Amino acid sequence: MKKVALNGAGLLVALFAAFPVYWMISTSLKPSNEIFSSTPQPVPTHPTLAHYREILTGNLIPGVSFLDFFLNSALVAVSTVVLSGLVALLAATAVARFRFKLRTSFLIMLLVVQMIPLEALVIPLFLMIQRLGLYNTLPSLILTYLGFSLPFAVWMLRGFVAAVPKELEEAAAIDGASRAQTFRRVLFPLVAPGLVATSIFSFITAWNELIFALTFINDQGSYTLPVAMTFFFGRDDTNWGPVMAASTLFTLPVIIFFLLVQRRMVSGLVAGAVKG
Amino acid sequence: MSSQTKNPETSAARETPARRRRRVDRLPYLLLLPALLIIGVLLLWPLGQVVVMSFYRLNSVRQLRGDREWPWVGLGNYVDILSDPFFLTVLRNTVLFAAANVLLTMVLGTLVGLLLNRLGRKMATFVASCVMLAWATPALTGTIVWKWIFDDTSGLVTWLFNALPDGLSTSLFGRSDWTGYGWFNSPLLFFAILTLVVVWHSFPFIAVSVLAGLKSVPSELHEAARVDGASPWRVFWKITFPLLRPVFGILIVLSTIWDFKVFTQQFVLAGGTQDRPTFMLAIYSYAEAFSPPPKYGLGAAIAVILTLILLVVTGFYVRMVLRQEDES
Repeated sequence: MKKVALNGAGLLVALFAAFPVYWMISTSLKPSNEIFSSTPQPVPTHPTLAHYREILTGNLIPGVSFLDFFLNSALVAVSTVVLSGLVALLAATAVARFRFKLRTSFLIMLLVVQMIPLEALVIPLFLMIQRLGLYNTLPSLILTYLGFSLPFAVWMLRGFVAAVPKELEEAAAIDGASRAQTFRRVLFPLVAPGLVATSIFSFITAWNELIFALTFINDQGSYTLPVAMTFFFGRDDTNWGPVMAASTLFTLPVIIFFLLVQRRMVSGLVAGAVKG
Repeated sequence: MSSQTKNPETSAARETPARRRRRVDRLPYLLLLPALLIIGVLLLWPLGQVVVMSFYRLNSVRQLRGDREWPWVGLGNYVDILSDPFFLTVLRNTVLFAAANVLLTMVLGTLVGLLLNRLGRKMATFVASCVMLAWATPALTGTIVWKWIFDDTSGLVTWLFNALPDGLSTSLFGRSDWTGYGWFNSPLLFFAILTLVVVWHSFPFIAVSVLAGLKSVPSELHEAARVDGASPWRVFWKITFPLLRPVFGILIVLSTIWDFKVFTQQFVLAGGTQDRPTFMLAIYSYAEAFSPPPKYGLGAAIAVILTLILLVVTGFYVRMVLRQEDES
């Protein structure tokens, strides 16, 4: 009896959590008359890919297609990932491998800057982007997201670097490998899975970001996907079919990536759990 | 060993301890340099800059570009804001919203965490996977879908309310036809839906963290208490809660910080920055600065107020994390 109640509660929670995602995908597959019918269909009775075709082949604005926005977002996210991965790996090695004077101060600073409300930085960063002449360019976003993703990336990676036994590096050094060689041949391959996890985190950060993309980009051809979606799909007479198809295309990569690294995200966020 | 003799630099470094120490001392700083530069330029400098900007009257992009001078107004922006009754509305909205959302997220998240811990393995995996979906969904698309669910013509909620028996619907809400009902029009309803969206997005993290905490608690303790006849309520408050207190501390602080600066969900749900009665600090600052006519100085002052509030909360967070680090 008790077990039934527990399982029932479990099903309710599962329904509440997963339903919107289901409803998004299911709506994206329904023909328009089913979407706007007065009685909602729980499952698409005549599933169709028409909305996906419409999004992928048509132009959202003259000359700019969904794929262009997708590519803008991908370019920004991938550049952020590469840059922040490189820089974070160096810094993580420093804090995980060396004991130096300012180590604790640096770690505290990492925690504090993660708590800065980024929404509060949009005005001064807008100033900086203006002065650098980067307004309306994708590098303005790459630079911004690099700053945002770096502190957590360092925090996350230091656990991975610390987990590689020091003895391996020492053995390599005794065998005559230089520092750079040790790094490349011993440390790097062992840290690679951690680097992948960190990269996914940076990717999601850059991929999902809305405010800064909204503020720094005025030229529609350079919109990232989130901005394009708020602009073209937020109107009063929303055509929900294409909106849900676009949302699905935007969401699925994130969900897949996220599920690969969620364990790390939890321990990284609850901080102390990852030792360094 | 043979290669070591071939490499004079390595062997020299090994032989003279003084030189070796100097080299080891410098290396970590070199490795940190790029990260320090980036954090300094992209996070700390703007943080200082937002404070500086809040003391100036900045009303045009040309001032930002440096083409025009910045008139100093001292605390003028702060005086303007704090004497504006609208600021009190915004502050009240922000604080009440954050408090309600932290409370609901923590309660729901903890209950789901406890539930996941009690379910059978298969069921727990299934429920946890569904919960992960909600967490993984980007704030942007998650909100768009909720907006669709609350659509005033073909949305699921509108349909559900239409499906209520007319008599019941009329006696409860004073209307039976819900088609065309503006779910986002009254501030209270807007905040209720925003809360639903934010809690939906954020309870999974709490649930998973609580579950992780529960897994590290020896189950014998609970069993012993249950054998002694303690009620689940008592078991939670006397055993589980004290053991998980550090985790709860961090979770509450993180939730507070996140809920204080909700932006994307609100922006998408409200369809921009026109809905002033539902403003909270983050969107208020943004709207003052970037809706024409721009008021960057005023926006900066609001941003500083938000930052100051969160800095206090962050202080607690850092203390808790450091305490955990010491223990582990």
